[in-house]
Amino acid sequence: MGVEQKLANMGAVTTTLETVVNWSRTRAMWPLLFGLACCAIEMMAAEGAHYDMSRFGMELMRPSPRQSDLMIVAGRVSRKMAPVLRRLYDQMPEPKWVIAMGDCASCGGVFNNYAVVAGVDEIVPVDIYIAGCPPRPEALIHGIMTLYDKVNHEKIKDQA
Amino acid sequence: MQPEFETTIQVLKKNFKAQVSEFRGDVRVNLPAESIVPAGKMLRDELGFNLLSTMTAVDYWPEQKPRFDVLYQFTSVTHILSLSVLVQVPGINPSLPTISGVFKNAIWRERELWDMFGIKFEGHPDLRRILMPADWEGHPLRKDYPLGYEEPHFTFNFEEIDLRKPYAKE
Repeated sequence: MGVEQKLANMGAVTTTLETVVNWSRTRAMWPLLFGLACCAIEMMAAEGAHYDMSRFGMELMRPSPRQSDLMIVAGRVSRKMAPVLRRLYDQMPEPKWVIAMGDCASCGGVFNNYAVVAGVDEIVPVDIYIAGCPPRPEALIHGIMTLYDKVNHEKIKDQA
Repeated sequence: MQPEFETTIQVLKKNFKAQVSEFRGDVRVNLPAESIVPAGKMLRDELGFNLLSTMTAVDYWPEQKPRFDVLYQFTSVTHILSLSVLVQVPGINPSLPTISGVFKNAIWRERELWDMFGIKFEGHPDLRRILMPADWEGHPLRKDYPLGYEEPHFTFNFEEIDLRKPYAKE
């Protein structure tokens, strides 16, 4: 029965700015619409009606990097694709996050050769790594929920 | 050998010192490097092989000399025939005359062979890399090209590798 309860009875809510900002960021985090390999199939399955990512406000894939907040690197990145990926990342507005989906994006996976980048963290800074080859839709949803957890704990004073 | 190949083989043997072999019904013709362009022209214009369906190379380093085998696969759409033509290329300054004047799709095929094996095609209109980035060094499908790029991570060397891994900056 603190001040919150009394204010709530009067139709007002008190909270911190951080909570509101982080809440709004996580409730409409739009991923960039692109897939690089078989992980993209699992990503599409996660977006479909069966797994229904839109329950969490994360299903609206934006085809333009300028409208998206989250980059899901779904698949292996070849050396020739790497500059393109970095360019897409640079075009996304702040704040932005990156998920490395699957083993190939996380560390190169089964590929250890001239053609495939050994982990997308050599090109863009990665927030969440999802293991699996490919990860199931549950794993992707869990990864995004983990990212939300991370975003919810961000402090405004750290962002300078 | 299928009887449809008889005339083709006779003509190639007569004109270009061709050596013919056969394996499970697939006919292969070995040709000297300098005669691949006139042979291609003859296959296209007179013998009905109007399609160069693929072109590839094999590196037999270090077992075999000359080192590279370049394979042309000619297809006759009208006669439903497929003929392999093999040309051997030495390992030092490997080069071949281009066949892109006869079969235009060879432009990309020869660029790929240059990119992957470093075989130069004399007279090619636009010999650039096609698959690898333009500033890439070396030719990845050669047998003496280093295999791995990254040392595999295990628990005992994870920290050491993690220290020198080139992580991206913001």
